Amino acid sequence: MKLETRNGDHRWRLAVRGSLALLRVALSGLPLIFFALFYFYPLAAILRLSFTSAEQSVAGMAALWRDSYYLRVLWFSVWQATLSTALTLAFGLPAAYVFARYQFRGKTLLRALATVPFVLPTVVVAAAFAALLGQNGLVNTALGGLLGRDAPLRLDNTLTLILIAHVFYNFTVVLRIVGGFWANLDPRIADAARVLGANRRRVWFEVTLPLLMPALGAAALLIFLFTFTAFGTILILGGPRFATVEVEIYRQAVDFFNLPIAGALSVLQIVATLALTIVYTRLQERASLPLDLRPQATLQRPVIGWRRRLLVGVVLGVMLVLLLAPLLALAYRSIALGGEWSLRFYRLLQQNQRSSYFFVPPLTAMRNSLMFASATTLLALLLGVPAAYLLTLRQRLLRAILDPLFILPLGTSAVTLGFGYIIALDEPPLNLRTSPLLVPLAHTLIALPFVVRAVLPVLRGIDPRLREAAAVQGAGPLRVLWEVDVPIVARAIVVGAVFAFTVSMGEFGATLLLYLPEYPTMPLVIYRFIGQPGLANYGQALAMSTLLMLVTALGFIAIERLRIGDIGEF
Amino acid sequence: MLRNIIGLLLALLILAGCGGSVGTGAEGAQPGSTAQATQTTAETTDSGPAEAQTVTGETYPNTLTVMSHDSFNLSTEVIAEFEKANNVKLQFLKAGDTGSALNRALLTRGNPLADVFFGVDNTFLSRALSADAFEPYAPQGLDQIPADLRLDPQDRLIPIDYGFVNLNYDKSSDLFKDQAQPEQLPLEDLTRPEFKGKVVVENPATSSPGLAFMLATVDYFGQEKWLDWWRQMKENGVVVVDGWETAYYTNFSGSSGQGPQPIVVSYATSPAAEVAFSEGKLTEPPTGNILPPKGSFRQIEFAGILKGTRNRALAEKWMDYMLSQRVQDDIMPQMVVYPVLPTAKIPEVYQQFAPVPQAPATLDPETIAQNRDTWIREWTEAVLR
Repeated sequence: MKLETRNGDHRWRLAVRGSLALLRVALSGLPLIFFALFYFYPLAAILRLSFTSAEQSVAGMAALWRDSYYLRVLWFSVWQATLSTALTLAFGLPAAYVFARYQFRGKTLLRALATVPFVLPTVVVAAAFAALLGQNGLVNTALGGLLGRDAPLRLDNTLTLILIAHVFYNFTVVLRIVGGFWANLDPRIADAARVLGANRRRVWFEVTLPLLMPALGAAALLIFLFTFTAFGTILILGGPRFATVEVEIYRQAVDFFNLPIAGALSVLQIVATLALTIVYTRLQERASLPLDLRPQATLQRPVIGWRRRLLVGVVLGVMLVLLLAPLLALAYRSIALGGEWSLRFYRLLQQNQRSSYFFVPPLTAMRNSLMFASATTLLALLLGVPAAYLLTLRQRLLRAILDPLFILPLGTSAVTLGFGYIIALDEPPLNLRTSPLLVPLAHTLIALPFVVRAVLPVLRGIDPRLREAAAVQGAGPLRVLWEVDVPIVARAIVVGAVFAFTVSMGEFGATLLLYLPEYPTMPLVIYRFIGQPGLANYGQALAMSTLLMLVTALGFIAIERLRIGDIGEF
Repeated sequence: MLRNIIGLLLALLILAGCGGSVGTGAEGAQPGSTAQATQTTAETTDSGPAEAQTVTGETYPNTLTVMSHDSFNLSTEVIAEFEKANNVKLQFLKAGDTGSALNRALLTRGNPLADVFFGVDNTFLSRALSADAFEPYAPQGLDQIPADLRLDPQDRLIPIDYGFVNLNYDKSSDLFKDQAQPEQLPLEDLTRPEFKGKVVVENPATSSPGLAFMLATVDYFGQEKWLDWWRQMKENGVVVVDGWETAYYTNFSGSSGQGPQPIVVSYATSPAAEVAFSEGKLTEPPTGNILPPKGSFRQIEFAGILKGTRNRALAEKWMDYMLSQRVQDDIMPQMVVYPVLPTAKIPEVYQQFAPVPQAPATLDPETIAQNRDTWIREWTEAVLR
């Protein structure tokens, strides 16, 4: 009797293990199939069309080398991205530390606010910056009054303004990816070093920094790629004297319809991304160590004593000025535009005064945006988490190929890919050219690298002995996954979800290219208003932008409240 | 925690469900029936082309797809009338700005995304025609359209509306206090020291009004001298921005953005639009047009039937409709451009403050096509580097 039960139990376990293996294969297959269908296939199609003949492709490439202009463009892309990344890390790290190690009120709200810039259209950010830092802006008026000079700050169309905007946009990447990792890092390692006689500096450089490297690297890579392929910030804030490769691709593809050059530039950008990612993944593998990651609630300290108060106060103060001032300037203008305080632009949003066929009530735009963002979040997690798992497998070769692959969409031009979609996905069963599905699919492609990079450092940091210990004590593989992996990775998954949600809420370029008027999103409505003269149009654009900020911030808070797993800080 | 995950999934399903049954949810609270009418059309994407619903909620057997740039707009009633009269559901596809929308149409030549395309302008006309993506058709009413607007002798692309790109100025600026006739200010004067740093223009390589104004200067100064003027403008601190939105709202002092420059490249209709979109606060425009002879460029917008359409008969009906009194009357209030039909109605505010400029620049599409890229390159060399 007894023997039979054990035997049955054993068989059951084998079955579970078998189906689990199948499930694993299926799950890991998903991201690969997705990439093949929605990235490589359209990309190949548009490149094939761009280089219809071998001569043409050679000519396209040769033109790039002959004309030193394109090399300068490439150089500028790299240069400003390096500066942007360094600056964002410099501003973001202290905040990441404070958020990881201290308990204070309003943390969730502040973290949500830090993510809001990510969704704002560049045109709107430009308007906010002009209101703040422009020639007739608040800062200049105040400074001018003090110094008795006219407009002492001249930032319009300068590299400085581009850099400020890039820090503004990407601050949250450091805060969330590094901060999220840091929060679960056992401080006892640093404490031990201090007990052994190391001073603060030494602890930072020899203990904390090396331990943070995986998350720091992930954040730096994402910021670098995001700014390397920057489009709107460069065009709108930098003015026409600055061009990144991405900007040049758009000009060549859309304005000149010169597909060979646009194609050659796209290839150049992808190759640069690939090279960077390969270097990065090499370094990263060396940097990651198994760590004793812990629930963060036990690691956070209250803000007591003047030293801590000063530290937290200064860090949060800088953050508020940098991030909140432009956001507040926007919200303020949406209610104060035209001289008197009122909510009339919000009321106007709801009225179809000209009985236009394409009128969109604000709630509809919100619903569409939320719908696309939810679908994107779900898809990106469904594909991104298995993709991150794939990257922790033991096969080196597989890893070496897959790791850069999941990053590539970030280094690919939106126009190139957009054109690729409409010429590749044009036949049944994949005739998706006029399907509303295209929007979340395209958004997922952009969001995926964020999910993978948020989850991977934590996943690699899980000490394998934890899993072994659980297994030895009789936990099945599913149970190990649920009780060991999930609680530790949960926070990183939330971080990934937030980014997927944000990318989708704010994404504009791809949506515009693949767009069906039946499903206008909030950014599209903003663009529609800001595309026409008149106070009412401008006011409504500002009102819709403010609503976009609010809806997004509420969305983050909702995502963070849905704590998956036991580790949460609420 | 499992409950939380299930909750999340449920929430997403509900959201997704909303997508299918639009019009019953959130916007039920919206005032006015037009909003709901617009929404009803959204439902049709799910029900497929077989039984497509329309603005009025009726079901029609056919679907006609119209592709356009972002700024296309018409009244709900105008669209509903066409659907009812022709027993067809209209579907609209908006595909980015003028350039990207057209390029999409050209890339999908032979297997088009839509039946009709609207929004090729005269700066892109040659590209569109030489790509052979449109079928010839002369719609009813074409004979009433002024001959100088009909630029394609084979009638593959038909003019629907037109507008003018020129300089706007801020009436409240000190610069114009002593000007007798700012409306006639010659472009030459803008290189004078008092206009230093006072003019903002759009980059012709990235902006359609930017390109249009550049073309106007080619005609104004002549092909030999136009670059000299731009070089002097560069010396005089002309501000170049990427697109109209930034130029108008961030840089121009006459708009609600209240930027630093009192002169901007915009449209001849912009001052009137400032009144029309002021919610009755303004009776006079705060801005004005600078329109010396040849100082404005006429942008004509065309529509055509896409090669490979499976709905040729209906597409012809739509083309006829675009030139009909009904649609032409609707063009100025909805799109803020001039209708091509001479008898079309123009709202009072535009009649008063946006009269058609009398002496625009004249450059034929062939010349533009041949020189477009070179001129943009030369302009970039002269002004930006």
